[in-house]
Amino acid sequence: MTSVVKAVGLGKRYGRRWALSDCTLDIPSGHVAGLVGPNGAGKTTLMQLVVGLLAPTTGAIEVLGTRPPASPAELARVGFVAQETPTYTALSVADHLRLGAHLNPTWDAALADRRIDRLGLDPRQRAGKLSGGQRAQLALTLAIAKRPELLILDEPVASLDPLARREFLQDLMESVAEHGLTVVLSSHLVADLERVCDYLIVLAAARVQLTGIVDDLLASHHRLTGPRRDPRRLPSDEEIIQASHTDRQSTFLVRTDAPILDPAWTVEHVGLEDLVLAYMGQATDTDRGRRPALAVRR
Amino acid sequence: MIWLTWRQFRTPAIVASGALAVTAVVLGVTGPHLIHLYDTSGIATCHGAPDCQQLIDAFQSHYQLLRLIGTAVVVAPGIIGMFWGAPLIARELETGMHRLVWTQSVTRTRWLLVKLAVVGLASMAAAGLFSLMVTWWSGPIDRVTMDRFGTGMFGERGLVPVGYAAFAFALGVAAGLLIRRTLPAMVTTLVGFLAVRMAVSFWVRPNLIAPVVRRYALNLATVGFGSVGSGAQTLLPNAPNLPNAWIYSMRIVDAAGHPLPAHLVTTACPQIGMDAGQGPPPGGSTVISKAVPAHAQRILSDCIAKIGVTYHEVVTYQPASRYWPLQWSELAIFLGLTLALSGLCFWWVRRGLS
Repeated sequence: MTSVVKAVGLGKRYGRRWALSDCTLDIPSGHVAGLVGPNGAGKTTLMQLVVGLLAPTTGAIEVLGTRPPASPAELARVGFVAQETPTYTALSVADHLRLGAHLNPTWDAALADRRIDRLGLDPRQRAGKLSGGQRAQLALTLAIAKRPELLILDEPVASLDPLARREFLQDLMESVAEHGLTVVLSSHLVADLERVCDYLIVLAAARVQLTGIVDDLLASHHRLTGPRRDPRRLPSDEEIIQASHTDRQSTFLVRTDAPILDPAWTVEHVGLEDLVLAYMGQATDTDRGRRPALAVRR
Repeated sequence: MIWLTWRQFRTPAIVASGALAVTAVVLGVTGPHLIHLYDTSGIATCHGAPDCQQLIDAFQSHYQLLRLIGTAVVVAPGIIGMFWGAPLIARELETGMHRLVWTQSVTRTRWLLVKLAVVGLASMAAAGLFSLMVTWWSGPIDRVTMDRFGTGMFGERGLVPVGYAAFAFALGVAAGLLIRRTLPAMVTTLVGFLAVRMAVSFWVRPNLIAPVVRRYALNLATVGFGSVGSGAQTLLPNAPNLPNAWIYSMRIVDAAGHPLPAHLVTTACPQIGMDAGQGPPPGGSTVISKAVPAHAQRILSDCIAKIGVTYHEVVTYQPASRYWPLQWSELAIFLGLTLALSGLCFWWVRRGLS
């Protein structure tokens, strides 16, 4: 499987603050990758580095085999919908399609018209008068109709109501299936991504906390519940992501590829949301100076 | 990219075309009348005639419109810089639209190039057309005023408005790109443009070409008398007959270049100005010229003959023939600044801002 986004030691600094640091990634093609993280985790920075809107402070990034920012031919291969889905308020829907046609040699006018028609948008309407959902759909249409190989969506559903959110993602998935795109989309809500993503990147505190194919991640993480135990006495191939203790009982979230053999544990599968939250929590703990997990008492 | 630039620039372009059309109509209607008046009133040939000055005053007062139009030519480049230049990039950055445009299949260098070229050339064309109309229309008045280098006039006619507009536009674009906010960029543009425009008018323009220095022997045509401030009566240099010239200075000096001291005049010709009818002018440095009685004229003439042995008048000036070389030089300066600012914009945009 070829990789579409490959980053090594990628970092971006604004003044004295690192928005992203030491980010190493390898997103294989053909996936719908979800980029999750709390607000301010560096999601937007990472995405803007991918599309070449930003230049890295440290490290290197390769997108579709070349370094952004790129030539027109390379720009044509990556579609981008920025946060807040910017559109020109004074320009009509039809003007936006004309803009796309003029600025992209690979523009698929038929596809764009079909989408606008299906979405029920009036081509003469000004973009400023569209609803948030319609604007997001227009921005997505612009990005899809240039027929990119890689589509980057920065919080595309953040401003949408739950219904519009569902419609948007459903529509996105149809386009992905139709055109065989690789998609990276970000959100601070796991629930948004759960239905559509088969690849996951967890970003927290400016660092990549977890990355991998969703099914593999779910298969290799377990929640162990049993009699209270010192985490140091767990097998060395079980990486502890999260630990909590009561007087008599311990609960661990561990990562391991080996089967759990200890009969003292009740083993449960972990849902995607719990998994993501555990990794985000781990990042926050690390931030506070690696507080020992044992100290977390009730 | 050209389509998008035009689409975004369409409304301002229509507004500007409308304003130019209205100006063209107003000037087109009044212009021929002005020329007719000039030809028939006898101003063109009245030089030296006693009532010529009255004729000139009457002619000029006829055209209050000139003041309005002249002001418009002065402020037009500033308006272009503020309303076309500053928002061009700043508004895109402010609304985040650059993230849409820069991720289409057009490099940001090309994006900037097209925007600068289309709107920049439009700015220059608008300013050029306006200046052309005004230069034509004010022709008769300018031929009467005979002061093409005058503070207002030089910058309101001919080629220089084109340079001002190009510079103001580029300054606006650069300010918008660096500041990234429309309103502060507009203010910066206006302030910066005024500062540069004034600096060039007052310090650069006089030094572009070395002025001509000419010596005149003292005679009644070149020298009058009066006092500076509340000082004693002395000889004062008079403007020589140099139509349309830009006179830097007139001085009465001796062979070594020392100025004429007032006490020397008082000693050599004690009677000067005493019989001029009235007393000395009541303070202030304003030169008041008035008809002088014949005997006062004689005293002056004698005085000039005495002083003229060792003193002469030196006039430093740009002759009228330097008008176009100076216009071209100033245009070149502003176009050079425009190119430098554009270069800065390209460098900044490629440097990966966001």
